[in-house]
Amino acid sequence: MTFMQKLLKQAPVNVSRRGFLSGTGALVLSTTLPVRPSKAQEAEAAAGPAVPAFLEIHEDGTAKLLSPFIEGGQGIYTTFAQVVGEELDLAPENFSVEIAPAGPPYDVMGGFRITGGSMSTRTSYELMRQLGASARAMFLEAAAQDWGVDASELTTEPGMVVHEASGRRAGYGELAAVAMDLPVPSEVTLRDPSEFRWIKTPVPRLDVRDKSTGQAKYSIDVEVDGMLLAAVQHAPRLGLTPASVSNLSEIEAMRGVHSVHLLNGAVAVVAGKFWQARRAVEAAEVEWTEGEAQWPMPADFSTDVFRDTLAGKEGEIVEVEAKGDAASALESADTVIEAIYDAPFVVHGQLEPPSATARFNDDGTLEVWTSCQAPEMFQGTAAQVAGLNPSQVSIHSQMLGGFFGRHFLYATSNPFPQAIALAKAVGQPVKLIWTREEDFLRDAPRPLGLARFRGAIGPDGPTALSVEVVGEGPTGRWYDAPVGSDPSATEGISGKSYAIANSHVGQIFHPNPAVIGYWRAVGHSMHDFMYEGFLDEIAGAAGQDPFEMRRALLTDNQRLSTLLEAVGELSGGWQPGPFEAEDGSQRARGIAMASPFGSEAAAIAEVSLDGGEVAVHQVWVAIDPGQIVNPAIVEAQVQSAVALGVSQTLVEELTYEDGEPTARNFDLYPILRPDQMPEVHVRIIESGAPMGGVGEPGLPAVGPAIVNAVATLTGERIRSLPLSKHEFGGA
Amino acid sequence: MQLTINGESRDVDVDPDTPLLWVIREELGLTGTKYGCGIAQCGACTVLVDGYPTRSCQTPAESVTGAEIKTIETVEETETGRRVVEAWVANQVPQCGYCQSGQVLAATALLTETPNPTDEDIEYAMVNLCRCGTYNKIRAAVRDASEA
Repeated sequence: MTFMQKLLKQAPVNVSRRGFLSGTGALVLSTTLPVRPSKAQEAEAAAGPAVPAFLEIHEDGTAKLLSPFIEGGQGIYTTFAQVVGEELDLAPENFSVEIAPAGPPYDVMGGFRITGGSMSTRTSYELMRQLGASARAMFLEAAAQDWGVDASELTTEPGMVVHEASGRRAGYGELAAVAMDLPVPSEVTLRDPSEFRWIKTPVPRLDVRDKSTGQAKYSIDVEVDGMLLAAVQHAPRLGLTPASVSNLSEIEAMRGVHSVHLLNGAVAVVAGKFWQARRAVEAAEVEWTEGEAQWPMPADFSTDVFRDTLAGKEGEIVEVEAKGDAASALESADTVIEAIYDAPFVVHGQLEPPSATARFNDDGTLEVWTSCQAPEMFQGTAAQVAGLNPSQVSIHSQMLGGFFGRHFLYATSNPFPQAIALAKAVGQPVKLIWTREEDFLRDAPRPLGLARFRGAIGPDGPTALSVEVVGEGPTGRWYDAPVGSDPSATEGISGKSYAIANSHVGQIFHPNPAVIGYWRAVGHSMHDFMYEGFLDEIAGAAGQDPFEMRRALLTDNQRLSTLLEAVGELSGGWQPGPFEAEDGSQRARGIAMASPFGSEAAAIAEVSLDGGEVAVHQVWVAIDPGQIVNPAIVEAQVQSAVALGVSQTLVEELTYEDGEPTARNFDLYPILRPDQMPEVHVRIIESGAPMGGVGEPGLPAVGPAIVNAVATLTGERIRSLPLSKHEFGGA
Repeated sequence: MQLTINGESRDVDVDPDTPLLWVIREELGLTGTKYGCGIAQCGACTVLVDGYPTRSCQTPAESVTGAEIKTIETVEETETGRRVVEAWVANQVPQCGYCQSGQVLAATALLTETPNPTDEDIEYAMVNLCRCGTYNKIRAAVRDASEA
């Protein structure tokens, strides 16, 4: 059973009389556990634990929803309030949404859950609707009993039950005390989509005012009684560890310093204030020695050499997908073109630096407050570090100041194990903040990627395509996906929809020495750039217009055909250029498409050259997530994905020399500035296909659309990102 | 030393060169001002010093002892600040929200000084980084909050 199927098997249960909310008069709905509980959990259940809940409706008529997925800007809290509110018949603004703790019943992906993969809404849409509908049915039944009428005579208006015959009305808050003793109906009817009031409308976000007035709280803002603050200095190269601090007594005597600690791979200072800890730890003169790291960085590692190694790598080609006979078709073709594409390591650059607060309680339990996309996994690791059972560890995930994949569990990339070690060592709660420099040093960057393309050219376009993707993906690294079956290593080159009669995609594994991670749109973030760039090269070699050639290759794909026409129309009709713009600049446009995370997307970008650098003026995106919940949030996510797509295409690149990253902050690693942001135009198309993702799918087509436009404008085909490392003449 | 923050005189016992950011966050407990980069690149730490948007991470506390310092917590105490916040809400600007304290204060400073900014004025003043890419909405909100 897939976890999607497991999700759909869950049903709400009434836990009002169980657990911590007994006697509060609130209706509390949980769900059945998605998987058979372990022995330990069964024993716990027998002992009568506090059963947490997804949904509470309070006497004042407001609702609290516990979300399995963390809010980090993608609007998931508002989305869930809309979905539950729709079925419950309660306006979304009456909801407060909070993050659910680690463990059941919130581990809705079959024993765990992650906020990632553009999965949150599509994995929980049905569950959230059922929760809302179940609660509504219970309010109807409560009123029916109270008024001595049949529930079928009753209906609801937002927040209340209504008996039209008698004119009686009662708010959900008044009925909560009765409803809490009722069984959850075994079956509920979900609202017909034609009657949706909130789903599919641009409901305002619940968190926007707090975020506009400095009231929103993040991990870095957590404060617990009696806490000390900590800062670290990591070894400049991963794999080294501190042997000694030569000026230890000086450091210890600095203002506010509580203690100095040698950790695996880092020196830490604990102090009364963070600034005192930071100042002290940066003054530490550390002697580093080779230590024990799972992924030590080779002392001679450089990105330039690594790229060349991938380019020349020979070895077993593990088939990812194949159609027809690409090898024979290439061999017999009159015209074959070849190209190597690569994309660099990139950091997440979420604006909130990583932090974690750890507190050991008198009863031996541990609490951790941190930025977290995977609470059950953090709980397991925290327990290991502390020498506890996972059930003794509470993970309090905090609102994320950006994430883009930064806060998964990545061994040396998360600060919470250090915070736990320090809290244990000093016997007091400790909040550890990594400076931006330490974040760059220990981030889990998107892996540098490379692919080798060969295409056979016929008069109408490609007759065969063969691609070897060289390297390692994060899903292979962290979840043991086998070579050839690791989507993160090839997606965006595999999974394309063009009707090319003969095609072959294979992966050649080559280990990446860095602690690699997931970055927004993961493999798609670079592979679609490579594929769609090479596709334009094929069009050029065949003398075809890139838009027309894509149209012909997508004849049998209704969704992508629709998107191609839509994005063309949105941009005022396909015109590759070069043409002169109103301001006198020479401009060109490029087109690209992508099929990421269950959704489909197409993008057109308009570029010019400004002092030898590429300027992106406009980006048009047509996106089909199948079905959506909030069009304003979808549009905002596309805006955001475009920004990151433009940023990585224009300026982002993390390089290593001698095993160390050469940039440690935004001075030497620029990210997109406001004046570099194009105007973004979005068209959302709901084809009615199964719900796809939204957070990431707007990104992959942006880079290749820009690079294809640059090729049209300058005649230069860029096969290695970012564009800022290339010199463009004139125009 | 004495600092005037949000209209109140506050005594703080810190090293004179402690960045204003950490005085505001750690000594005064005002966490709306954010640490982003520490090197005056991103602008998440923006506060108003005598009305000017200032990157508090690179501002030694001793250099602003005589100044009026305003943080995001009191932005709505002025008419312009209120208008900016309302425009931010109406345009649904924030995503993760981490940079928005600084963005709102930068916009408030701009519109206080220049109630009807040109596009160039906006481009010159609104230079804080946003990793979520809310730049189009920031621009729209600044235009909405301007008087014209």
